[in-house]
Amino acid sequence: MESCNCIDPQVPADDLLMKYQYISDFFIALAYFSIPLELIYFVKKSAVFPYRWVLVQFGAFIVLCGATHLINLWTFRIHSRTVAVVMTTAKVLTAVVSCATALMLVHIIPDLLSVKTRELFLKNKAAELDREMGLIRTQEETGRHVRMLTHEIRSTLDRHTILKTTLVELGRTLALEECALWMPTRTGLELQLSYTLRQQNPVGYTVPIHLPVINQVFSSNRAVKISPNCPVARLRPYAGKYMPGAVVAVRVPLLHLSNFQIYDWPEVSTRSYALMVLMLPSDSARQWHVHELELVEVVADQVAVALSHAAILEESMRARDQLIEQNVALDLARREAETAIRARNDFLAVMNHEMRTPMHAVIALSSLLQETDLTAEQRLMVETILKSSNLLATLINDVLDLSRLEDGSLQLEAATFNLHSLFREVLNLIKPVASVKKLSLTSHVASDLPMYAIGDEKRLMQTILNVVGNAVKFSKEGCISITAFVAKPESFRDARIPDFLPVPSDNHFYLRVQVKDSGSGINPQDIPKLFTKFAQNQSLTRNPAGSGLGLAICRRFVNLMEGHIWVESEGIGKGCTVTFIVKLGIPDRSNEFKLPFVPKVPGNHGSTNFAGLKVLVMDDNGVSRTVTKGLLMHLGCDVTTASSSEECLRVVSLEHEVVFMDVCTGLDGYELAVRIHEKFTKHQDRPLIVALTGNTKKVTKENCMRVGMDGLILKPVSVDKMRGVLSELLERRVLFESV
Amino acid sequence: MDGIVQLERQLVDYTASLFHEGFLDDQFNQLQQLQDESNPDFVVEVVTLFFEDADRLLNELTKALGQPSIDFKRLDAHVHQLKGSSSSIGAQRIHRVCISFRNTCEEQNVEGCLKNLQQVKHEYSLVKSKLETLFRMEQQILAAGGSVSR
Repeated sequence: MESCNCIDPQVPADDLLMKYQYISDFFIALAYFSIPLELIYFVKKSAVFPYRWVLVQFGAFIVLCGATHLINLWTFRIHSRTVAVVMTTAKVLTAVVSCATALMLVHIIPDLLSVKTRELFLKNKAAELDREMGLIRTQEETGRHVRMLTHEIRSTLDRHTILKTTLVELGRTLALEECALWMPTRTGLELQLSYTLRQQNPVGYTVPIHLPVINQVFSSNRAVKISPNCPVARLRPYAGKYMPGAVVAVRVPLLHLSNFQIYDWPEVSTRSYALMVLMLPSDSARQWHVHELELVEVVADQVAVALSHAAILEESMRARDQLIEQNVALDLARREAETAIRARNDFLAVMNHEMRTPMHAVIALSSLLQETDLTAEQRLMVETILKSSNLLATLINDVLDLSRLEDGSLQLEAATFNLHSLFREVLNLIKPVASVKKLSLTSHVASDLPMYAIGDEKRLMQTILNVVGNAVKFSKEGCISITAFVAKPESFRDARIPDFLPVPSDNHFYLRVQVKDSGSGINPQDIPKLFTKFAQNQSLTRNPAGSGLGLAICRRFVNLMEGHIWVESEGIGKGCTVTFIVKLGIPDRSNEFKLPFVPKVPGNHGSTNFAGLKVLVMDDNGVSRTVTKGLLMHLGCDVTTASSSEECLRVVSLEHEVVFMDVCTGLDGYELAVRIHEKFTKHQDRPLIVALTGNTKKVTKENCMRVGMDGLILKPVSVDKMRGVLSELLERRVLFESV
Repeated sequence: MDGIVQLERQLVDYTASLFHEGFLDDQFNQLQQLQDESNPDFVVEVVTLFFEDADRLLNELTKALGQPSIDFKRLDAHVHQLKGSSSSIGAQRIHRVCISFRNTCEEQNVEGCLKNLQQVKHEYSLVKSKLETLFRMEQQILAAGGSVSR
């Protein structure tokens, strides 16, 4: 056996040392074997350890080291070659593994270290997140409070409730000791304590608005911490013992309300603010936190909005109430006006009738008288009576006209008439009256005045008569002159008539009439009043006979004739001049001599003979039927009568020239007319249908025309009237008497 | 001869008074105008017709107003007829009352209607007696050989 190159055994005498080495080696081996076991056990338990194979490596290394040391135990004695080989193998392996491990550790340890760093980092992050969570939670809570507050504030539109609720809710949310609202006064120079939380009825403390602390608060839209000793914060009597709590003030913008007029609100200038002051409880050590300040700011804004909404609502409610009131008043006024108009129309209608009746008696009797034997003088007198009463009848018509003039429903007639003879007639009418008063009357009608003109003769005559009549009426002595001539364009640009700009043309000319009197004159100040209807000149109280309507009517007529009328007077006692210009048409040369047919043929000279004229009279009233029949028979007609619409339809034939029907009885007459039309629709020469009625309403005339009647005459009908009517009917085939 | 002149003058005065007091109006004149040789009794005929018509209508009116429930429409129709008749012969006063009668009918005013009816009857009896007197006088004149001028 060859001895190995192992370490020579030591002196066997040192048995103790050897024993200790022996034991130590054993324990080392034991440790070396148990450590990996422990490692393996714990690695198996933990799932996260990322470096398993490092452990394996490590374990291997330790095991081998252990094995080495264990095998070392045998090398202390004489050992065989196998043991030596085993030992060598173990040592080699151990060497390999340990080197590998050593190399490996270089890579691994930094990794392990960084793990630790990351862990630290994550912990920090977690802490930070925690903090932030805390913040968010607080904010969310604040937001919730604000929402709730806003909801409370916005749930009402009453200003007091809004403000009170704000203070209450703020007080509750922030656990305030006191909360107060200062509003600017009407003058804008002071702030007045308007609402507080704790005190029920705040006494009207006021504070000047230009304090530095207030300016500071107003100048920023943040909640500002202010000193508890400043005037706005000193709301309670200072008890002195405690430490007052921190105070914050914020401005509440009062939105610009210049478009509204809110009466019980303080007047607002361009941009004004109210001041809200909040006080923390005085014995706590609380301080204002940022989120609380933010809450206060948000609330202040919300309050401003809510207040403006309330203001707008108040205003619109008020405006609506006003409108309703106005509507009611307008309605009432309208109804009153309608009643008044109706009353006036009724009055006019009745008066019209009442006035006409005696007029008819006078006219009729005078015309009868005319037909009897009279001396020339008597005849003249009777003619004057007749003319005057005709004029009066016309005046009555014109009272009716005036009401229609006012309505604007009057239309002038346009017919050709003799201008010169019109003036002559005016003179003839006025001369007697003037001579009675010993006034001299002169007239000058220009030679270039056309003989004939187109216009409303009746109304022109009325105007001239009125003017001349006034001149006579108001003159005690002297003379009256009437001049008439064609107005030249140059004379139009008259300072006295600034608004009148007539345009002359080929078919028209302007007639200018001037009436001068030397009578009592008129005060120039009274001249504008002259044309006011029903107003009489105060200085002429001795003449109550006039109704005051005359000049008003004249002016209306003149205006309708596109003209102008004016009065000049130099004063009381100096006479006066009335001038008017009217527009008249110039008739064509061709129809210059074609005078209009005057339906009222006066006197007995009507030579028209109606002998044998076949007429049909329809009237359901026996008496008036008989009268009308008698009337027509007297004129020579051949009369058939019918007492009802049916009978009339049965009897009517083409032989009848005219059918007179009474339409006083409602609509029967109209229907009858329609039926007659239907009956003779294909025939050229159907009978003329004429309505007889006592009804003077315009609508009657319109209805008659609508159903196709050929004529309308008003009852009562005199013999002469009927004669004229028949003549005209037969000539013109149509006759509508003006109602 | 004097007697006739006297009678004629009386007639003229009486007629004038009737007009003056408003019993008659111009329409009556018209009627008188229509009387001529071909129609000598025109006026008397018409007036008699009127009396008959009026009697009938007044009866109807009295009956209608005596009903427990008054038919104002019918009432109005009758009054309208009477109004037309009276205006045709020129009985002015009756005509006037008829106008106001129509108003009370429209208003359905029973009190007013009764009053108006009373008035119409009164006026009618007056005018009837006056016209009868007139005609009697005319007859007297004609019988005495005079003529009645119109």
